[in-house]
Amino acid sequence: MSVEPGGILPSQKARVVDSLQRLLGRDHVLYQPEDLMLYEYDGLSTHGTPDAVVFPLSTEDVVEIVRLAARERIPIVARGAGTGLSGGAVAAVGGIVVGFSRMNKILAIDLENQRARVQPGVVNADLSLAVAAEGYYYAPDPSSQKACTLGGNVAENSGGPHTLAYGVTTNHVLGLEVVLPDASVVHTGGSCWDRPGYDLTGLMVGSEGTLGIVTEITVRLCRKPEMVQTLLAVFDSVADATRTVAAITARGITPSALEMMDGFTLRAVEEATHAGYPMDSAAVLLIEVEGIEEAATEDAAQIEAVCGENLAREVRRARTSAERELLWRGRKNAFGALGRISPSYYVQDGVIPRTRLPEMMEFIASMESKYGLRIGNIFHAGDGNLHPLLMYDSRNPEQSRRVVQAAGEIITRCVELGGSITGEHGVGLEKNELMPVLFSENDLAMMRTIKSVFNPDGMLNPGKVLPTGKMCGELRVSAGAGGPGDERR
Amino acid sequence: MKATTAAGGGFVGYGPGEKPRWEEYSKCIHCGLCLNACPTYRELGLEMDSPRGRIHQMIQVDRGRLAVAESFVRHIDLCLDCRSCETACPSGVEYGRLVEAARGQIQEYYRRPAAFRLLQRFFLCQILPHPSRLEKLGKLLRFYQRSGAERVVLASGLLKLLPRHVAALAPLAPRMEKPFFTERLGAVVPAEGPRRYRVGFLAGCIASLAFARLNEATVRVLARNGCEVVIPAGQGCCGALQVHSGLRERARELALRNIRVFEDGGFDAIVTNAAGCGSVLKEYPQLFEHEQQAHYTAAQAFSKRMRDVTEFLDEIGLNSSFGRLERRVTYQDSCHLLHAQRIRSAPRNLMAHVPGINLIELKESEICCGSAGIYNVLHPEMASRLLQSKMKRVDESEADWIVTANPGCLLQLSAGVRASSRPERRVMHVIELLDEAYECNSASGRRI
Ligand SMILES: Cc1cc2nc3c(=O)[nH]c(=O)nc-3n(C[C@H](O)[C@H](O)[C@H](O)COP(=O)(O)OP(=O)(O)OC[C@H]3O[C@@H](n4cnc5c(N)ncnc54)[C@H](O)[C@@H]3O)c2cc1C
Ligand code: SF4
Ligand code: SF4
Repeated sequence: MSVEPGGILPSQKARVVDSLQRLLGRDHVLYQPEDLMLYEYDGLSTHGTPDAVVFPLSTEDVVEIVRLAARERIPIVARGAGTGLSGGAVAAVGGIVVGFSRMNKILAIDLENQRARVQPGVVNADLSLAVAAEGYYYAPDPSSQKACTLGGNVAENSGGPHTLAYGVTTNHVLGLEVVLPDASVVHTGGSCWDRPGYDLTGLMVGSEGTLGIVTEITVRLCRKPEMVQTLLAVFDSVADATRTVAAITARGITPSALEMMDGFTLRAVEEATHAGYPMDSAAVLLIEVEGIEEAATEDAAQIEAVCGENLAREVRRARTSAERELLWRGRKNAFGALGRISPSYYVQDGVIPRTRLPEMMEFIASMESKYGLRIGNIFHAGDGNLHPLLMYDSRNPEQSRRVVQAAGEIITRCVELGGSITGEHGVGLEKNELMPVLFSENDLAMMRTIKSVFNPDGMLNPGKVLPTGKMCGELRVSAGAGGPGDERR
Repeated sequence: MKATTAAGGGFVGYGPGEKPRWEEYSKCIHCGLCLNACPTYRELGLEMDSPRGRIHQMIQVDRGRLAVAESFVRHIDLCLDCRSCETACPSGVEYGRLVEAARGQIQEYYRRPAAFRLLQRFFLCQILPHPSRLEKLGKLLRFYQRSGAERVVLASGLLKLLPRHVAALAPLAPRMEKPFFTERLGAVVPAEGPRRYRVGFLAGCIASLAFARLNEATVRVLARNGCEVVIPAGQGCCGALQVHSGLRERARELALRNIRVFEDGGFDAIVTNAAGCGSVLKEYPQLFEHEQQAHYTAAQAFSKRMRDVTEFLDEIGLNSSFGRLERRVTYQDSCHLLHAQRIRSAPRNLMAHVPGINLIELKESEICCGSAGIYNVLHPEMASRLLQSKMKRVDESEADWIVTANPGCLLQLSAGVRASSRPERRVMHVIELLDEAYECNSASGRRI
């Protein structure tokens, strides 16, 4: 992978580090090579080494950092927990990484109005934990929720299994405080819905740190539903499972979650978590419905019927919250479970209309045989968000190349079927060269114009989201990508 | 291993012997799901002090990009070896194994300051492994604590004259109890009622001096559950502290001694009440993976019978002729029980049998309290930060009693309670709670 080197000139570095230390204190600035090498990666396997990493504690700190960077013309990259899967938090051309791990206070909880104001470093699950006792939670639940930060969620517009009923991050963010590259502080949205003027909050959410640095977030909290029913439907063929997905929504039932795992994946998951998935099945659907008691019970019964009509071998219902948690633990740990059986894997993130699931599955199977690879499949099936996981051994460069090719074909197919190149993991520096596949030159020009309003010199998270024009229509994954156990230079 | 100019300076690459291996570290997919589970990351927010980051550093050493030098050592040292990251990790990374191997390398090939080496050798190699020397030291300490000398020394500020680590040690030294449990070595305690099981009790080295009452309670509770309890003479320190410090050869010697002592006892189970010891005892085979086959096999046979006392009681079905204990209690998971031995429900199940006990779940009970063996001695600042975070959660729980499952945690939490706004709060082992509940039944409903 080659991104043009930029960042701090050696002569500049000492001066900049010194200024940063004076601004923030020595404990909040990293600049030694042995420390910086820990910020080369995020959850994806591309890499780039920053020149310095800083840890602000307040909006004022961020303002000062941004002011200094602007003066010195140094790129800035925000970083939450670094669980991102598209290289978003990686300093592709060097520069200063602004880490939010210490800006992690919940500033205010207002249960009467169902909202909370937080710093961006708060971990997603910690917010739900803080209000759980009162019967509330924060709805968007990425599988990485125990680690990822709300700032990262905002930047990636993250979703999760419950996106189907609750929407993605943008549906739960009421307002933001943002520091722009010229060090000005702006407030978007507010504490209630539908403010007059342009929807700048909507613009910021999902902008992957290229329009501004988020320093405060006001989110909506949801009340826990009266009843949740979790079902596991077991199938002997993948086709039956994918048909069931469309059939359920055709009935007018909206489950709060509808997840699919194929046989290969569920066997790995079962071995890792003992969640009770049947080892000999070809696919399972994990389905959740919720609401007031009568509605949830009725929906669950209907779903059982639909599954039966579509040849489910068996439908189980979780009887206790412990059983429910166990079923979910299996799903939420699925990526990692595959990490156990393969030295490396590459997760693809694509979207298709859910009615096209059966043919997409066939296509992925054909990629397995064409490229001689194992591909596990985990889908947020309800909204057609696919996560094929391509297994390989990073020590084998030839196999690594095949993985990149197959992943590229899969994503192209998603677009052909009327879908998109990313469902929730974002564009980052992995897929920016693919943007022209999805958008016309006019569409992209509009995006560039908007970016130039907020980030005119391109100093915020350079090399991300919009195509650089250096590679054409390709995924950017280094051959030999994978765990940090791989050759990454 | 060769001298180069890798980051951090000095030698790069691992030397001969046990080391973090590709087969193990390549399981890490750098997803970061372990970050927020790691106590040091939660406190510092630094990737270097996170599980993912520590693994990355181990890999960079293997790659020749990073040296086994001050920076690497500092971050590996600051790890509590609490294994919380293993519970969080979906990918099955055996972090404990990796960090212990890395520490073995540091121990072999990195030169620490002379004072550190001296203290370490003295304590971990000259004292702990030798029951008689340990007992003599324990008597001295008991005299010092009881004679009033301690109060004088603590008040006088004399400690300030000592090196920082030694000074930190003094107030943390566990209270020596009288009589020492070492007097019970060699005893066989009959089961109450018909004998259902014959168990070997591993009393622990320091625990025999400082937790004699807990050990007595453990024996009583086991006996009340139909166990004949054998306390074999010749047993000794389990080697946990040595493993955590990378003193692997010394740990192997200690392991072999215990394996031999418990080998032919005809035990249904070997039981400990110390989760920290238990996890290493269960992992004895790891110490012998690259050693003689016979030792490895013997270690496996030993570890198969090893049980934490809560695990064992939960398995055999608890005698629940308890009296009533009207108390609000909260449970702090001991890291080496929850994360290393994966035992979560057993202690909770046992307490649920006691009438009147109202168990309030402690938020973040799965995060280390900062005790971690002798960690609180070596890294007092981090340990006290963790303890403060813990005590905040304890306050929220409004519990009267804090229950846990490991002597080290008892010491740390007691220190936290003493310094808190509710110093009357009790800290106890699950077994002590059960013991009291049995007692107050036989004392016909006496309330405590
Ligand atoms: C195992 C696993 C499962 C996952 N499951 C899901 C899932 O179900 N759904 C999903 O949507 N994602 C998922 N992800 C991807 C990832 O967790 C999300 O994208 C998450 O939102 C990233 O959060 P983070 O704090 O780790 O951000 P980082 O990775 O640190 O950063 C992500 C992006 O956000 C930007 N950013 C971070 N903080 C700020 C800020 N304060 N201001 C401006 N920009 C900022 C960064 O510059 C970067 O571009 C998963 C990842 C893993 C490893
Ligand atoms: S959770 Fe496991 S696989 Fe993921 S970064 Fe941590 S140790 Fe590595
Ligand atoms: S063992 Fe504990 S302290 Fe060490 S890396 Fe894992 S979670 Fe962090």
